[in-house]
Amino acid sequence: MLAAGSLDQFGHDPWWLVLVKIVGIFAFLVVMTLFTIWYERRVVAYMQHRPGPNRNGPFGLLQSLADGLKLGLKEEIIPKMADKVVYFIAPVISATCAFTAFAVMPLGPSVSWFGHHSPIQLTDVPVAVLLILACSSMGVYGVVLAGWASGSTYPLLGGLRSSAQMISYEVAMGLSIVAVFVESGSMSTSEIVDAQAHGNAINLFGWHTTGPSWYAILLIPSFLIYFVSAVGETNRAPFDLPEAESELVGGFHTEYSSFKFAMFFLAEYINMVTVSGLCTTLFLGGWRAPAPITTVWAGANSGWWPVLWFTIKVLLLLFVFVWLRGTLPRLRYDQFMRFGWKALIPINLVWILVLSGLRTLQRASLETNIKLFIAAAVIVVLGAVWVLWPAKEKPATPTGLEGLDPAGRVGGAEGFPVPPLNLEVPPSPRAPRLTAEREPVPVGSAGGDSSATEQEGR
Amino acid sequence: MTQQLVLAAASDAMKGGEATAFWILAPIAVLCAIGMVAARNAVHSALFLVVTMMCLGVFYIVQAGPFIGFAQIIVYTGAIMMLFLFVLMLVGRDASDSLIETLRGQRMAAIILGIGFAGLVGTGLFRALGTVDSVGLASANSKRGGNVQGLAELLFTRYVFAFEVTSALLITAAVGAMLLAHIERRKEDRKTQVELMRERFAPGSYPAPKPGPGVFATSDSVATPAKLPDGTPTDRSVFKILPTRELTSAEAAPKGTEK
Repeated sequence: MLAAGSLDQFGHDPWWLVLVKIVGIFAFLVVMTLFTIWYERRVVAYMQHRPGPNRNGPFGLLQSLADGLKLGLKEEIIPKMADKVVYFIAPVISATCAFTAFAVMPLGPSVSWFGHHSPIQLTDVPVAVLLILACSSMGVYGVVLAGWASGSTYPLLGGLRSSAQMISYEVAMGLSIVAVFVESGSMSTSEIVDAQAHGNAINLFGWHTTGPSWYAILLIPSFLIYFVSAVGETNRAPFDLPEAESELVGGFHTEYSSFKFAMFFLAEYINMVTVSGLCTTLFLGGWRAPAPITTVWAGANSGWWPVLWFTIKVLLLLFVFVWLRGTLPRLRYDQFMRFGWKALIPINLVWILVLSGLRTLQRASLETNIKLFIAAAVIVVLGAVWVLWPAKEKPATPTGLEGLDPAGRVGGAEGFPVPPLNLEVPPSPRAPRLTAEREPVPVGSAGGDSSATEQEGR
Repeated sequence: MTQQLVLAAASDAMKGGEATAFWILAPIAVLCAIGMVAARNAVHSALFLVVTMMCLGVFYIVQAGPFIGFAQIIVYTGAIMMLFLFVLMLVGRDASDSLIETLRGQRMAAIILGIGFAGLVGTGLFRALGTVDSVGLASANSKRGGNVQGLAELLFTRYVFAFEVTSALLITAAVGAMLLAHIERRKEDRKTQVELMRERFAPGSYPAPKPGPGVFATSDSVATPAKLPDGTPTDRSVFKILPTRELTSAEAAPKGTEK
């Protein structure tokens, strides 16, 4: 399944090549950040039927560059109550961790760098995916310390929210990656990409075919859970509770200005690019071109072209981020936590269990029919349990006005009056007078007659 | 890269990258460990500990144990220290330890005992490890095709019982702590909205919001007490921090209406 010893191609670069790759990654990330800010504003603008930034440069592409320069030249304000050292370190931690995570991102196969053959990837280690997780868990420190060191209430609340949020969603994120480890048999990013190069041969009752190679299709629950937790991990809408601007002003970076704020801004967008890049690597086949391109054009997976496929996939995922922001309202905090701990993590654990069971069954030296029989038996037993599980009876709660006093008072006749709960217009206080003035209508008379009588009565 | 790491760790002398990493990070780790004990502020203390733990994580990686190194960074610095920090932040940023000794001579005794213990452990380790090379590290790492695979095999075959028992113990402890700390009122004991309202309107408690400063007042200064509906001034409307002072008649007179 794996390319033999593919990790051996790393670690032999001369120092100048390492430097070139580091500068290249830095430039890639900064340009991606500038582009993503413009991209996000344009896409959101399109979704809201307005033009978006379109003045500076072609299609407004230079808008974020201008904004960034202006941000860097602004006055720096440090609050009096701030803890100076920690206040300074926090944005540095955020930005550094964001940049570091990209070191193990595979952007392409081995190519010639001025005559030296090396992959388009800074380095790879047997536990490269863990390095990305470690970087994201260290990145939380930037946010939390920024909130604490500002010496102000809203940033502190934002920092607390974000630490709880990012720790919770890291658990779901880590678990969703486990399925990929099980399926590919590796934690190194380049080997995971290699493992998705070719689909497995499937033999279904004598019908030979090739299964899908992308883990996004093979492991679709993991893919969905990964993406949801990635949105939570990057503090993006609808999970942007740490910087909920309607509740916390700006969240953890309320007190930051000028270049330090720019570092947080940069870190947020780089984190988005990183989680999208990791999603591409783990689930969408990495830098490899999707199927229709490779069938038409054999050279699509060699040379520098893979960087293009990778970038396109990342941009499509970023589009989904923006789409979510443009569509969904922010979650309430308890709903958000309940979703993470009570939905994502249990579903993930059950899915890993099912997957491991399937893998064990596949490897077992049994005949195909017996394997299928075992799988069917498990499904039937689970289905029977689900159908026959005693349903929990809900106690009947009085709805509407049943629990109320006839006079519309809560807590009996001496209770407190409440407004009508059924949205009926209460009878006018003048109604008794009007009724008294009105002549009694004979019962059973026709509609026209009654109105005539009423008019006569007046 | 892995094989280089393995080779670097397996050879008897430190050299090249390993030595550089060690001599840069070891002083940082020791200084931060001292800083963790010495720092007055609890959050600074926690941050020093974080740096020490990260240095240890890098040492593990350099010693050809990449998995344990990243696990150290993710689990200890990323999760556990973050929870510590979380609690410290909830306690408040200005909470620092009181430095009054409750037992006389305790600090001095602690310092002497600590230095003695460190010396004992240090010399013991130096004597024990000074001439010992790592034996079988490379073969143990390459036996199952890698560090991670080797660890996984040991954890899930030889040590599976200990592993599961430890996890069961930890989960039991966590659930127990939650049960002890969690107060769940029965439905009957919970105060209903009606009861809350009765308490609010009971004699002796003031149901309405406190009057804002300057309400029914002759001046719009925040120092002017509000007047209750019966005409008496109320102190509740004036912030405690404001100095009490009487306005002179000139100050109290309406301004800008002299024409």
